[in-house]
Amino acid sequence: MQTKFFGYRRENGRVGIRNHVVILPLDDLSNAACEAVANNIKGVLALPHAYGRLQFGKDLDLHFRTLIGAGCNPNVAAVVVIGIEPQWTNKIVEGIATTGKPVFGFSIEQNGDLNTIAAASRKAKELLQWATELQRTECDVKELVVSTKCGESDTTSGIATNPTVGNAYDKLYDQGSTLIFGETTELTGGEHLVLERCINDEVRADFQKYFDRYAKVIDDHKTSDLSDSQPTKGNIEGGLTTIEEKALGNIQKIGRKAPVVGCLDLAEAPTGPGLWFMDSSSAAAEMVTLCAAAGAVVHLFPTGQGNIIGNPILPVIKLCSNPRTLRTMEEHFDVNVSGLVRREINMDQAGDMLLEMMIRTCNGRLTAAEALGHREFIMTRLYESA
Amino acid sequence: MAIDFLVHEAADGVGVVVVEGLKAGQEITGWVMKEDKTVTIKILNDIPIGHKVALQDFATGDTVIKYSTDIGKVVAPIKKGEHLHVHNVKTKRW
Repeated sequence: MQTKFFGYRRENGRVGIRNHVVILPLDDLSNAACEAVANNIKGVLALPHAYGRLQFGKDLDLHFRTLIGAGCNPNVAAVVVIGIEPQWTNKIVEGIATTGKPVFGFSIEQNGDLNTIAAASRKAKELLQWATELQRTECDVKELVVSTKCGESDTTSGIATNPTVGNAYDKLYDQGSTLIFGETTELTGGEHLVLERCINDEVRADFQKYFDRYAKVIDDHKTSDLSDSQPTKGNIEGGLTTIEEKALGNIQKIGRKAPVVGCLDLAEAPTGPGLWFMDSSSAAAEMVTLCAAAGAVVHLFPTGQGNIIGNPILPVIKLCSNPRTLRTMEEHFDVNVSGLVRREINMDQAGDMLLEMMIRTCNGRLTAAEALGHREFIMTRLYESA
Repeated sequence: MAIDFLVHEAADGVGVVVVEGLKAGQEITGWVMKEDKTVTIKILNDIPIGHKVALQDFATGDTVIKYSTDIGKVVAPIKKGEHLHVHNVKTKRW
């Protein structure tokens, strides 16, 4: 496989494949100012989201970890943070500054939107012009943090498309890449298979803890057997009957070779190469946003019925093997592996097709989701505000 | 030979239809991927793409095996060749 590509090496040595200047709101109130800055300065990227007020405890920790992680992501060259008041704004700025990348904070109280927008726009212009002169340099796939999550799965996901990601993950593991998977609830029925893959008893106990915690959330709040939600209506339309069947298909994405070297809390960054489990929602936009916050720079997303999700800072490569989906919504896919279900190609060839597209994406090719403007940046919440 | 359905492995009790428009009464061809062999079966219902065909008879209470693993329980009898889905199989979890 091709192991070299041209990426952006950041101040801390980490490698990105995009070069965004991000305008990051601390809170929902600051979305308008961020979007105004992005309107003034062409080529910067605002990341509006719905939260950031009166959160507390672990939920607040996750809010900060997600925003700081997104700003730290190597696909981001520089950041302007805007918040309603300076203290939490500075907390985000200081978190991102640990990477060494340029980051500046602005707060709205005692300035108003208009003065804040003017000052932040001047800084954003300066950062954009600086960032657009940065050059790509040769990097190796072992420097990549890759994530995966599937969506709107069907039976072709489990039999063909997800094993294609598994084949690619096996090859990336051999190269020394860092690999993330998650979707805690969607392992239900196959959790024993993940436990078998854990590298030692400590990691096994950690995985069991995360799995049991999420299972309790389901047990505490469910009003039925979840057949109206897991599998989703789209899953059922695509032929998936039970959560167990969906989970066994889902798990195909982690391939056959790599042991699970560790478990991560939501939005927590891996600390070394190998395959990592991250506790996470199975809802696509939430999970991919958590991967972006954990530092993933390229995402492999198999789908059956056609989940169209993207992410503003983490390019999402879509692959599909369902002939009806490919026929009816072709513009959403980067890799067509339907040859698998026609017995025309084997899994090794399908994995190579995906890796070739991953390298092209790392070199700068926009994914279908990027070209179509899919920028779903969705924060995970743990409970109500104070 | 053109393939109408896939089976993960010979021990599985179900196959996955991968073509559109299959009608009741058709004799269809499947590929058992792990053992790399071909099988045929006559289907008793129309089965949409992505949906499963039963490769054996099931009684209520039986377990359905796919990926060599339990994927749920049978809640209404199913004949070999019939459409197997949410109307006759349910999760054992949740």
